[in-house]
Amino acid sequence: MTVTTENSYLTGAKGRNTRGLLRLVILCTIAAAAVSSRLFSVIRFESIIHEFDPWFNFRATKYLVANGFYDFWDWFDDRTWHPLGRVTGGTLYPGLMVTSGAIYHTLKALTLPVDIRNICVLLAPGFSGLTAFATYLFTNEMSSTPSAGLLASIFMGIAPGYISRSVAGSYDNEAIAIFLLVFTFYLWIKAIKLGSAFWGALCALFYGYMVSAWGGYVFITNLIPLHVFVLVCMGRFSSRVYVSYCTWYALGTLASMQIPFVGFLPIRSSEHMSALGVFGLLQLIGFVEFVRAGVPSKQFQTLLRGFVVLVFSVALGGLVLLTVSGVIAPWTGRFYSLWDTGYAKIHIPIIASVSEHQPTAWPAFFFDLNLLIWLFPAGVYLCFLKLTDEQVFVVVYSILASYFSGVMVRLMLTLTPIVCVTAAMVLSTILETYLSMKSPKSDAEFVATEAAATKNAPAKGGLRSMRNPLVGIYTVVSKSTVVGAMTLYLLVFVLHCTWVTSNAYSSPSVVLASKLPDGSQHIIDDYREAYQWLRQNTKEDAKIMSWWDYGYQIGGMADRPTLVDNNTWNNTHIATVGKAMSSSEEVSYPIMRQHEVDYVLVVFGGLLGYSGDDINKFLWMVRIAEGIWPEEVKERDFFTPRGEYKIDHEATDTMKNSLMYKMSYYNYNGLFPPGQAQDRVRGARLPDVGPVLNSIEEAYTSENWIIRIYKVKDLDNVGREHGAAASFERGNKKKKAAKKRGPKVLRVE
Amino acid sequence: MAAKRNARDVTHSPPINKSGTSTPTTQAPAAKSATSKSKDANLSAQEVAVAMWDNYVKATPQRTKLIDVFMAFLVVVGVLQFVYCVIVGNYPFNAFLSGFSATVGQFVLTASLRIQTNAENKAEFESISPERAFADYVFGSLILHFFCVNFIN
Repeated sequence: MTVTTENSYLTGAKGRNTRGLLRLVILCTIAAAAVSSRLFSVIRFESIIHEFDPWFNFRATKYLVANGFYDFWDWFDDRTWHPLGRVTGGTLYPGLMVTSGAIYHTLKALTLPVDIRNICVLLAPGFSGLTAFATYLFTNEMSSTPSAGLLASIFMGIAPGYISRSVAGSYDNEAIAIFLLVFTFYLWIKAIKLGSAFWGALCALFYGYMVSAWGGYVFITNLIPLHVFVLVCMGRFSSRVYVSYCTWYALGTLASMQIPFVGFLPIRSSEHMSALGVFGLLQLIGFVEFVRAGVPSKQFQTLLRGFVVLVFSVALGGLVLLTVSGVIAPWTGRFYSLWDTGYAKIHIPIIASVSEHQPTAWPAFFFDLNLLIWLFPAGVYLCFLKLTDEQVFVVVYSILASYFSGVMVRLMLTLTPIVCVTAAMVLSTILETYLSMKSPKSDAEFVATEAAATKNAPAKGGLRSMRNPLVGIYTVVSKSTVVGAMTLYLLVFVLHCTWVTSNAYSSPSVVLASKLPDGSQHIIDDYREAYQWLRQNTKEDAKIMSWWDYGYQIGGMADRPTLVDNNTWNNTHIATVGKAMSSSEEVSYPIMRQHEVDYVLVVFGGLLGYSGDDINKFLWMVRIAEGIWPEEVKERDFFTPRGEYKIDHEATDTMKNSLMYKMSYYNYNGLFPPGQAQDRVRGARLPDVGPVLNSIEEAYTSENWIIRIYKVKDLDNVGREHGAAASFERGNKKKKAAKKRGPKVLRVE
Repeated sequence: MAAKRNARDVTHSPPINKSGTSTPTTQAPAAKSATSKSKDANLSAQEVAVAMWDNYVKATPQRTKLIDVFMAFLVVVGVLQFVYCVIVGNYPFNAFLSGFSATVGQFVLTASLRIQTNAENKAEFESISPERAFADYVFGSLILHFFCVNFIN
């Protein structure tokens, strides 16, 4: 049918030119749509960095732009993880920062000086246009129909599953990583189709770039070997597979080892062993095939096959042995929790505490991918029908990615490209089938040929040949019904994507927006208010203690050293902060003194009904602290006898005495008429007498009480305990008690 | 690289019997494994090996033989490095890795070149001429050496 369509209209060189032009225009429009649908947050609010992680990336990029590449590579950051510091050059993926630094310098060289912040904000939309183009190339390799690539490209451009991580302002690693992922896969497919070392080498180069950009490169390192392994098991080994895979592996592994954060991992860790194993397997198979071609004998062949199986199992056994004996590092917790989904919750609370690491619910799939999710299985089925080397890749990718996206919400991101590709293949097949007689010219021609065929067929005789032309749908009505329905779905898809992007994924978490009753927008800007206060009213090196969620933002916006931050590399240090937050003042004050803490920052949403505050995160602090000091911090103590987590008058003494509780509700009663203090998040009425703070004092509270900052008091001048000193100040002199002689101990020294 | 290969050629390559046709080819290690596997066959192992070697010497084009010699040389270098590492220890691990993976990578790239330029595999690689294969080989080797030199510090 494609042949008839192509013959009927758009023939010859002119037709090809027209189609080329159309294609170009469509791709440019798609890129424009992809970029512009990500700008909601910039237009509504302002051009700032969102979320938490991007603040560190932004800070690192500023450092890179200010100090040059070599300083950035060897950057020791003494303003995070306060007593320890962080070797930043060796613990980050530098691809994102280097990319935006390069863009910055290029624009500057073109005499277009753009602020680095704007480059960082708009990097993700820019790269999403490139992702749409890469998806176009990738799908064109998969499908013979010319429209599939364009469809996949527009799907990828506006699918909310990808937009969620790449709106303007989300300057995260995923911003460029998804482009690199798709482009690497495109190069890989190209390499395996042509059997070309050149494309394999290009694939390795982009793989190296991907490694420098995102920790999710492990997905590629496992997917490509899996593809090759499946091909080998299907008996599709060919020298093309050998050439492309071995070139990719040899160059790509070396390229990935150049990144300091990765280092020797490709040799040492279990995640990379499948690639090495398949590399070894391919050498053996290549060698055996080579010998087999030389000696044609059936017995010999079976013997060789046995030889391959034997060597493979010996290699696997050796790998297992090495892993068990500890030469090769076992799976890291983050990856292991993908297989054993209960593992993180029990052993590593810090992984389970992140909301992105939860299993995905069904509605999330529909929310993020709308109609694509039900075209997806059909597309995989379509791949099974015509199973070439690259279709196997689609099948393997789909199965693996759908499993992972079911286990973890954030891995939806890796599923989105393949869903777009397969859905586009299905849709283009449908459209191609039902659209082939759209133009009247081809219609007449087709009917004519069809009539000729039906007339000729009975003349030739034979029932089977007569049946052939009758199969299919020829009436214009049925065709236009199907095509109309599909068009409708596509339009609804666009509406859905725009709606989701606009409502769900375009809000900077730094600024909270709420609607007033008359419909106007009210902006709550407490975060920046408080961070700005810290920046202007504290010493340059005042250490701020807060829960790790806010570490990057404090470093980025307030520009003050922090104790812990979102890069959770030292669990014990985080547990220390958790212990300080969840213990009584007498216990936490020495901890804070030891760590030279000047200010403590808590987030409190009780006044405004902002649910992501520290009281709601408090139990995780307790759990993480309990993991290290099970004797001193006990989760059970924070629950009422009936096992409830309460903050009102039923709260336990441990809860009421904890530093976090005291800091959150300090002076909160004063806002309300007596006896009516209300916490809007927990929906609870607070006790009449608010908590008393002895060793710290309130330094700043933002307009809506979202951020509260406390200053840690200095040691008492006359050497008293803070509790005693504060009690003296309040006038509880307890004269009688003073007269009595207490059980004093002997003065030593 | 080319000079080295020529030197190897002069010293090591066996007398060459130029023949236009290219029949299945085998290498010395291939013959060795064949000996162990062909116990069931009626021919004695030694005879098979000798026959294969003769066949190889006769049927392989000279260029392919050059490539094979270079590959054998790479294997020798790689094995020597590995043995040295086992004996002495792997203290500058990146130096060992870059040296070793240079030989492995070069071996693999050369094997790819050999496969692509082999006249039998014409059907498999229709879009790649031998000249193109050689250009790809040069490209891949340059990248490989850049990474190795960078990694060895």
